[in-house]
Amino acid sequence: MVKVSGITKSFGEVSVLRGVDLDVRAGEKIVIIGSSGSGKSTLLRLLIALEKPDGGRIEIEGRSLWTRMAGNKEVPANAEHIRRARRDIGMVFQHFNLFPHMTVLRNITEAPIHVQKIPRGEAEAYAEELLRRVGLSEKASAYPNQLSGGQKQRVAIARSLAMKPRLMLFDEVTSALDPETVGEVLGVLGQLAQEKDRAMILVTHHMVFAREIADRIVFMDQGKVLEQGPPAEIFRHPKEARTREFLNAVLEEV
Amino acid sequence: MNRFWDWDYAWQVLPTLLSALRMTFIATLAGMTLAMGLGLGLALMRRSRRKTVSGPAAVFVEFIRSTPLLVQIFFLFYVLPRFGLSLPPLLTGILALGIHYSTYASEVYRAGIESVPRGQWEAAQVLNLGPAQTFWRVILPQALPPVIPALGNYWVAMFKDTPLLSTITVLELLYAAKDLASESFRYLEPLTLVGLLFLTLSVLSAQIVRRMEKAFQIRGAL
Repeated sequence: MVKVSGITKSFGEVSVLRGVDLDVRAGEKIVIIGSSGSGKSTLLRLLIALEKPDGGRIEIEGRSLWTRMAGNKEVPANAEHIRRARRDIGMVFQHFNLFPHMTVLRNITEAPIHVQKIPRGEAEAYAEELLRRVGLSEKASAYPNQLSGGQKQRVAIARSLAMKPRLMLFDEVTSALDPETVGEVLGVLGQLAQEKDRAMILVTHHMVFAREIADRIVFMDQGKVLEQGPPAEIFRHPKEARTREFLNAVLEEV
Repeated sequence: MNRFWDWDYAWQVLPTLLSALRMTFIATLAGMTLAMGLGLGLALMRRSRRKTVSGPAAVFVEFIRSTPLLVQIFFLFYVLPRFGLSLPPLLTGILALGIHYSTYASEVYRAGIESVPRGQWEAAQVLNLGPAQTFWRVILPQALPPVIPALGNYWVAMFKDTPLLSTITVLELLYAAKDLASESFRYLEPLTLVGLLFLTLSVLSAQIVRRMEKAFQIRGAL
């Protein structure tokens, strides 16, 4: 459903992505691993058009993200085109980014009501169902600052799910959490990973978790996809020296 | 009559002053409303990526803030009619106060908007909220509460600037006091009362602003 080819991206002098190719099939669960600065987060941000690539092409459901067809000419995409492409994609951030002035329920229903124009009652019923699924039914009328980090992140996941995305991006969603709340968020992610109708791309440092849920592990190094394959293969028989080095370093920590 | 302070006279002029106070109120309230609205517009213009929008707004703000309010009041009152735009004194005064303070309000709004974390814009963006929805539903409700004290200060400052409107014959507090004094030749009582009224109301306004600050305080701070 997503096809990335030859993507490059620099921030000022720093070249973050240097020609990334990646295909994501519908329903596929991909975990991207790699040391910090390897461009993992930037890649996710490019997929949902928070950043614009310098070169290369991103296609979502066969349609180019940054260009559109006008007649039979390809022209730069406008805001409307990007919003339409983004309709099927959700993203959960490292720092939750919940709306602090809204209750948990409103955080979840805001976009369905005002973007998808779903009737309030229907949106609220679905939000309550999502809250049940992430185990936070009793927090519907709480404000974000009354929640723990793990609870905030579960709300953020519910907020993203409310838009019924077919691809969800998770950008180091447990990195800002206290150790004791990491488990509850991973638990929710594990549940989601079992649902076949939604593709997921996760950037995470939890290798054990990655091995459990991923269909495919993608190892990124210095702005490139260095190696990818099924978890068993990557973790047990990494082909590249850099992959071995990285895995040895992170697995030692466990 | 040569007593230093004449209580009888003070009581006698108080009702006139109180009714003039109404004009002061109207000028402050209308001026502030105008300043808040216009200020938000200016803040938005200055945030625009288009130089043709942000440039003129920046020049306007700089120009108004660098020239005295009294000059602006005179300009609107004496110069505009020469271009066929003749407004009643009160309306001219409100316009001058509103425009003057809108430039200060715009800076306050800008600071408030910039204080909202980048992640809030991004969260709205990935949820596909449009630019207007993002601004009105996500950003502004977070940008306003922290700047209410600053806006409140300008509100009190504007209130204290309303006597300038007496120079263009708006019958506000100071004008009424001078009017009374010019008949009785007693300046002490009316002017002292004017001072006391301003003092009371300024303190009261500050209290109201503090209350508003509390009421608007969002329960969630990231």
